Amino acid sequence: MAGLLDKRREDRDEAEIPTAGMADIAFLLLIFFLVTTTINVDTGIGMTLPPELNPDQKPPPVKERNLFKILVNAQGELLIEEDPASIGQLRRRVKEHVTNYGSNPDLAVSPDKAVISIKTGAQTPYNTYIEVLDEVWMAYREIWDQIAQTGRTPVKGESVDLAKTYSNYQEYYNTLEPGDDNKIRDAFGAQISIAEPDTGE
Amino acid sequence: MAKFQRGSSDTEPEFTTASLPDIVFMLLIFFMVSTVLREQDIKVRTQLPQAEALTKIDQKRLISKIHIGPLKQGDSQGETAIQIDDALIENRKAIRNIMYNKLQQQPKLIASLKVDQESEMEIVNEVQQELRKAGALRINYSSNREGPPGSGN
Repeated sequence: MAGLLDKRREDRDEAEIPTAGMADIAFLLLIFFLVTTTINVDTGIGMTLPPELNPDQKPPPVKERNLFKILVNAQGELLIEEDPASIGQLRRRVKEHVTNYGSNPDLAVSPDKAVISIKTGAQTPYNTYIEVLDEVWMAYREIWDQIAQTGRTPVKGESVDLAKTYSNYQEYYNTLEPGDDNKIRDAFGAQISIAEPDTGE
Repeated sequence: MAKFQRGSSDTEPEFTTASLPDIVFMLLIFFMVSTVLREQDIKVRTQLPQAEALTKIDQKRLISKIHIGPLKQGDSQGETAIQIDDALIENRKAIRNIMYNKLQQQPKLIASLKVDQESEMEIVNEVQQELRKAGALRINYSSNREGPPGSGN
């Protein structure tokens, strides 16, 4: 008996797991994940809502000249600072307001004091609201583009400590690591407020 | 001096495929890690508005989506409804609890509002008030880039 076992051991090769099918299995899994992967990144307009106020607490006062009021009604018509206006004017007017630096007594004292307030009615189409919000953000984007290109704030020309100049704000933004200070936004902040909806009407 | 003999090898020349599984596994692991499975079916129609001043949200795990739009009912359009995760919200006051619980799990939560462009602001304002009560203040109005897809940057 012992002789037979010995012979078997001699004849046999090393035991191996067949790996030829491994690649096929891996390919199959790979194709499954390729198909189910969604690569598209979510894009949108970022906002921060104001914190909830206590009923007895009053919202912080903002001086009338610093406030830039935009009203949008149910028909999608605009009222900028109490005057009817078109959406095409909005970007220019916002830029005028925030880069005023106190020279016009009706407009903002300084960019960090300026507040853009957007108020909508109950029946305002969401589409128009986004269009208005987009125009306001684009006004700031254009100012930030300018800062990124020149390293200086508009009108006043204060220098912003950037490592180099960029072709636009987005390029600068892409170089930021999470946790880095956004120096352009620190130098020229945006205050956009979504007005409290009317409760009783 | 020994001579190299041509054609002395009796085996056919072959590509070495031994490392092929390794390469494929590497690709596989990359896709497994980067995949976020499509988690839900959406019961409301959300045709997103278009905008220019867009920001990207890279960290998908921070996002909690709130869908607002008319219910999908074949060809006809239903009433405007709110969907969070896979459930339609019947009572709008429930949003604050749902979002509050989500915020406890993920303090850096971003509420991504996927609102149909034909919705009215009333419902959006209502949801925003609920979000404020929940303390979920970071929001994002989900929108697409202006112009037909593929144009521009």
